[in-house]
Amino acid sequence: MHIPDGYLSPATCGVFGAVMIPIWTFASRSVRKTLSVRQVPFLAVGAAFSFVIMMFNVPIPGGSTGHAVGGALVAILLGPWAACIAVTVALVIQALLFGDGGITSIGANCFNMAFVLPFVGYYVYKLISADSPAGSTKRIIAAGVAAYVGICVAALCAGIEFGLQPLLFHTANGQALYCPYGLNITVPAMVGEHILIFGWVEGLVTALVLQYLQKQDSPVFQGGRS
Amino acid sequence: MTLTGKLWTGIGVLIALSPLGVILPDHFRAGSAWGEWGTDEIRKMTGYVPKGFQRFSELWKAPLPDYAFQGWEGKDLFHLGLAYIVSAVIGIAIIAGFAFLIGKGLAKENE
Repeated sequence: MHIPDGYLSPATCGVFGAVMIPIWTFASRSVRKTLSVRQVPFLAVGAAFSFVIMMFNVPIPGGSTGHAVGGALVAILLGPWAACIAVTVALVIQALLFGDGGITSIGANCFNMAFVLPFVGYYVYKLISADSPAGSTKRIIAAGVAAYVGICVAALCAGIEFGLQPLLFHTANGQALYCPYGLNITVPAMVGEHILIFGWVEGLVTALVLQYLQKQDSPVFQGGRS
Repeated sequence: MTLTGKLWTGIGVLIALSPLGVILPDHFRAGSAWGEWGTDEIRKMTGYVPKGFQRFSELWKAPLPDYAFQGWEGKDLFHLGLAYIVSAVIGIAIIAGFAFLIGKGLAKENE
């Protein structure tokens, strides 16, 4: 889901960069109020986890690859604003150091994976887990479903960003300037592969890690509190 | 072991397993992620290279492109797997470092 340079027009990149600035500002304000000092090492582990889990490219035989992001997991454990910061750090380093995701598309990629994914994941988790007791199986299932929904909605956003390009930016004779495929192809492709495969990877990884952490019974996590 | 110690051990295991991220796609003949094709792939798929794409796609030369060393495209899986582990270690050191510093800077005012 790392949109490279050249797929989005400069205008699109500018819009998403502009959208992310207030989100990052608000994220740091919110984290300043909610993150405790003893949670800081876990923010570092969370960012590291998101980065390394994105390296596990899961193949669709003969087709494309995809991966989990871990954004919903960090959101459930440390809150969605902290997750936004953790995943942003991972995405920026991926783009700068490894060329995974473009420089110009950092705003769009952060919007999809560091904002939409953790927030959708967090609120779906809250909705399903409701007042179920800490350490319950319901919370683990809620986390898995939340992560699945979160990454699918993020993929939908990426699909829309891709698909709007040929509609908005083309030459006089209709040839695309950036992403060559329209919404009728990009949305089914991005959403479809995440609904069928990569969403399950994200859900499973999230549920497994949360199950492990529940056994540790640590009070540092939001998800562990009853 | 403290919980952070356990979690860092888990990250270490993931680093060691990370070469699966290149080996499995190769084994199952899977190509690029959707929408992350290079110039040649785009030309093959659509018959042309979009002008704006051509202009911006090579904008940035990453020091470790695709989690490998420069000029390592087409190397065998052993080398790519090795580069993957090195990339994971470097990436995690930098990312965890930044996240820690940001967290430290923000969290110091409460508690």
